Amino acid sequence: MASETAHSSPPQTFFEEVMANTPGGEALRLCLQCGTCGGSCPSGEDMDYSPRRIFAMVEANMKDKVLRSNTAWYCVSCYYCMERCPQEIPVTDFMYTLKRMAVAEGLYQGSDAPDWSKTFIGMVEQFGRSFELGLATRYHLTHHPLGKIGLGSFALDMLRRDRLALTPNSIKNMSQLRAILTKAKELGGAQ
Amino acid sequence: MKYAYYPGCSLERSAASYHTSTMAVAGELGLAFQEIPDWNCCGATEYFSLNLLPAYSLVARNLALVPDDLSELAAPCSACYVNLKKTDKYMHKYPKLGAQVNEALAAGGLQYKAGRLKVRHLLDIMVNDVGYQTIAEHVSKPLSGLRVAPYYGCLIVRPDGGFDNPEQPTSLDRLLRALGAEVIDYPLKAQCCGGHMTQITANVAYELIRRLLQNAADYKADLIACLCPMCQLNLDAYQGKVNSHFGTDYNLPVLYFTQLMALAFGLSGDAVGLGSEIVSSAAALAKIGLEVPKPEAKPKRPDKQALPMPTMPDQEA
Amino acid sequence: MDEKVKVGVYVCHCGTNIAGVVDVEEVAKWAANLPNVEVSRDYKFMCSSLGQELIEADIKEKGVNRVVVASCSPHMHERTFRGACSRAGLNPYLFEMANIREHDSWVTTDKLQATNKAKALVAAAVGRVAHQQPLESLFVPIDPHVLIVGGGVAGIQAALEIADSGNPVYLVEREPSIGGHMAQLDKTFPTLDCSACILTPKMFDAGNHKNITLLTYSEVEEVSGYVGNFTVTIRKKARHVIEDKCTGCGACTEKCPKRVVDDAFEAGLGYRKAIYRPFPQAVPKYPVIDTENCIYYERGKCKACQMFCPTEAIDFDQKDELIMVKVGNIVLATGYDLFDARRIPQLGYGRLANVFNSLEFERLSNAAGPTGGKIVLRDGVTAPQSVAIVHCVGSRDRNYNRYCSSICCMQSLKFAHLVHERLPGSEVYNFYIDIRTPGKGYEEFYHRLLEEGTHFIRGRVAEITDAARRPGEEGKLIVQAEDTLVGAQRRIPVDMVILSAGLQSRADAKEVAIKFGISCSTDQWFIEKHPKLDPVATMTDGVFVAGACQGPKDIPASVAQGSAAAARVLSIIGQREIEIDAATAIVNEESCVGCKECLASCPYQSIEFLAHKNKAHVIEALCKGCGTCVGSCLSKSISLRHFTDDQLVAEMIGAMQTMNLFEMSELEVA
Repeated sequence: MASETAHSSPPQTFFEEVMANTPGGEALRLCLQCGTCGGSCPSGEDMDYSPRRIFAMVEANMKDKVLRSNTAWYCVSCYYCMERCPQEIPVTDFMYTLKRMAVAEGLYQGSDAPDWSKTFIGMVEQFGRSFELGLATRYHLTHHPLGKIGLGSFALDMLRRDRLALTPNSIKNMSQLRAILTKAKELGGAQ
Repeated sequence: MKYAYYPGCSLERSAASYHTSTMAVAGELGLAFQEIPDWNCCGATEYFSLNLLPAYSLVARNLALVPDDLSELAAPCSACYVNLKKTDKYMHKYPKLGAQVNEALAAGGLQYKAGRLKVRHLLDIMVNDVGYQTIAEHVSKPLSGLRVAPYYGCLIVRPDGGFDNPEQPTSLDRLLRALGAEVIDYPLKAQCCGGHMTQITANVAYELIRRLLQNAADYKADLIACLCPMCQLNLDAYQGKVNSHFGTDYNLPVLYFTQLMALAFGLSGDAVGLGSEIVSSAAALAKIGLEVPKPEAKPKRPDKQALPMPTMPDQEA
Repeated sequence: MDEKVKVGVYVCHCGTNIAGVVDVEEVAKWAANLPNVEVSRDYKFMCSSLGQELIEADIKEKGVNRVVVASCSPHMHERTFRGACSRAGLNPYLFEMANIREHDSWVTTDKLQATNKAKALVAAAVGRVAHQQPLESLFVPIDPHVLIVGGGVAGIQAALEIADSGNPVYLVEREPSIGGHMAQLDKTFPTLDCSACILTPKMFDAGNHKNITLLTYSEVEEVSGYVGNFTVTIRKKARHVIEDKCTGCGACTEKCPKRVVDDAFEAGLGYRKAIYRPFPQAVPKYPVIDTENCIYYERGKCKACQMFCPTEAIDFDQKDELIMVKVGNIVLATGYDLFDARRIPQLGYGRLANVFNSLEFERLSNAAGPTGGKIVLRDGVTAPQSVAIVHCVGSRDRNYNRYCSSICCMQSLKFAHLVHERLPGSEVYNFYIDIRTPGKGYEEFYHRLLEEGTHFIRGRVAEITDAARRPGEEGKLIVQAEDTLVGAQRRIPVDMVILSAGLQSRADAKEVAIKFGISCSTDQWFIEKHPKLDPVATMTDGVFVAGACQGPKDIPASVAQGSAAAARVLSIIGQREIEIDAATAIVNEESCVGCKECLASCPYQSIEFLAHKNKAHVIEALCKGCGTCVGSCLSKSISLRHFTDDQLVAEMIGAMQTMNLFEMSELEVA
């Protein structure tokens, strides 16, 4: 989708594409590279590149490096960056854009996050509600199951306290939701 | 006061105690919460990572389903709250996006006029519509002697919703004080719990959770009060994992603030929903009403050599 | 006028400013056919001497007796072209401008639309000018007294220069002493001069100058009048000390039992008594009683100051005094306020004890400050071994103030130097986005700091916390930022943090502006007449600005502006008389019914009522020519010279006829 900008021509560069795919994305032109986002990020130390550096690379049209990095996938959506940015750039929204673009181009690497999101949304598109047990089993069994043995006791703890539903709950008007989502996908393309 | 109510998926089961305590407290305070008929999942932080327009449309269906006679929408879960609020705000601020979402909604026979609803977090309604005074008046069993660490998490105050400070909020602190609890002012109260990272990249999330638990423990909290099911899950259900990962021995129960309100209002049983937390709150709550709190030590004479500190503008409860 | 009207029309290209959009040659050709037009030309730059000579030549040789110049705005060049007319012997009020730049070529890119609009504007002006009458300006004498509001370094500089020239000055200062923020500082960059040492001689001179009347602990209440003739009411607040009797011995302060935090001079870092002198070198030396904190005013007890005063100079019943003065010019030099760093919670100021703001640190390092110049932590005892200095606090930030505060980089370098000097062996970290060192000797000062081993980290500080995360952080303040040059998030544990908070306009800047009849920008700095060419004048004649109140600046710039304002004032005084524009209102006494509607409507109180005649009368010297009275008069008895009904109607007809001709809608000429 296009952001609300004065530009009427379609995006020519990676930089322009990233901005066009983000609501209010033109603000990225104002980035001073001050580093507040990188400095605030709770998971910043684990990212390949800090959010600030990612924006420098976006501006330099380094599409491959940007979309292959783990930066967006390590974003916890805490919004510190967006709240503190002195140029009021919607940093967190850009992280979501980069996730979407990485998924669309199949360029994300080394992260299970897209699969988690896809599985989660699969449940929502089927039932209209999230189904944790279904989500967890499908996801964890297909992503390093051996490392997840400890989760069994976790699930038992939750079950014992009646905090885990064994069957999914569905909304009544699934056809309505499906119609809406189908239309939305048609209108919005991959992004 | 009447509100549309969006419980969110977690409140159905994994955070059922948040739902039941909210309803019980609402009953005491005369708040009417009307659940949106046939509401769907808000998509949490997942759909925005895949596809933008369907993500907003998924949330917008809920906004569109709110009956016309209701203009305020209450959301107890911080993630749902941000999604609902942001969808409404962006549909208004970015008219093209708004038009596209409405086009998608129309395929389901629905429409939503951006700006029609005021999306409010449950805490906002408690402190601003009900007020600390009224809450205090309903307290029959003050939580005296209980050292509570108010944990806001991130999404309730960021992006800035305007109802509390995005860095150092105080509304939950003040509410807990109105319940008679001893509120500890620890600096990491609005730091992120890691969200869904516990599922995906656990070690990152464990470190974030560890920092919070350590900080609350440093300040000698008996109990953590939270206001989001994701935070509760991470801090409570994963506390054991954090302990085994770091070799620590945190034992901090994590309850919803509405559970504490229910306790202070003299309610019991299902209304409070105790027992569903993984890290038991029994020991911490044994303190209520059983120990006579020691009188506050006389304030020390001001240190003659120390230089005066500037005071914060909203330093009073 | 009986003489035949001969209009000269001059359409300016203004380089490509106008000609790039408007077909100026076409407009000039077309205008030649308008009624009364004798000559119609286009020219590249009408405001140049050659352009003006064109007008003068046509007046002298072709008998042109009305001039229309289609170019920029009257604000820019009305004076220029009126001058050309005068030089050629034509009354300057027989001239009219059509603005085809700001109102036309600068607001559209559509060439046809622009050219048509230019024609309409020219036709309007040509129609009007035929009805214009010759008018004579009024000349009023200039009162040589000058009012200077604000006794900081800019105000003091202006006061001294004007007083030295022999003209009398009233220097009004809100605080009990002059000196302003400069008096609070320790050392000044880049020379590291001791601030008080260079300021106090000027303060002393200002306090003792025979031509300066110092009114401290005073504020301006009301201003009325116009350039050369202002009437100002000043409230001299009661000090409760009789100045004629006080010797400045200080016994009162010593004996006073009430100690309060000094929020003003000591920036909240030190204490003072309820009766106090703000600092030892205060000018004047007389103390002041802070009645809000004085025990006597609270509950009628104590009176220690009165008991111990050897000259009976304490007067608890002293009242505020209202003083009315007449001045010809006013200089506003009211300075700045410091950004309140408590507004940025993640930096910890106000919550974490050892986070200080810039003014607090100045007092800390000042030898006359609360710690005698020892740099210590908030406990008043411990010397820090590591200090972080944070640039850009509340500046360059759309969440607070967008602008750069100009002095903080240099100030931060200065702080770094002071820490190195007083605490040898300590580690100093400067967290910055850019290093801005534009002044003389400033870059060299930066090099000095590099040589002294300062750690410069390019990264805007994200947060300052006391929540330790790893070993080495316990008990410290941790500054978290992304070191953008290294490309990693860093947590630096330090003992003390200094926030270089930005500069802001004074909290009451807007009210002050209204009081003096000037404007503020969106950031509430006073607006200068022209940012490049006239930085100390304002749009209100006779009111000037100097120093930080016009925008953040360092001491050399403030002093320079003080001098500049003084020079402007002296130039007006030197002219002895000022010309008042002739476009003033006039009452037709025959038809005036004495209803006084005009008196009520005049925003400048320029109309008086002559009771013996039962008629209104306009005081021309005060009239600003706004026309409000003309509209309010129920009997149509007031007209505005140079804006008569005939002239305005002719202007409208000129425009509308052209609009019809080119089928232009109203919107196009709006």
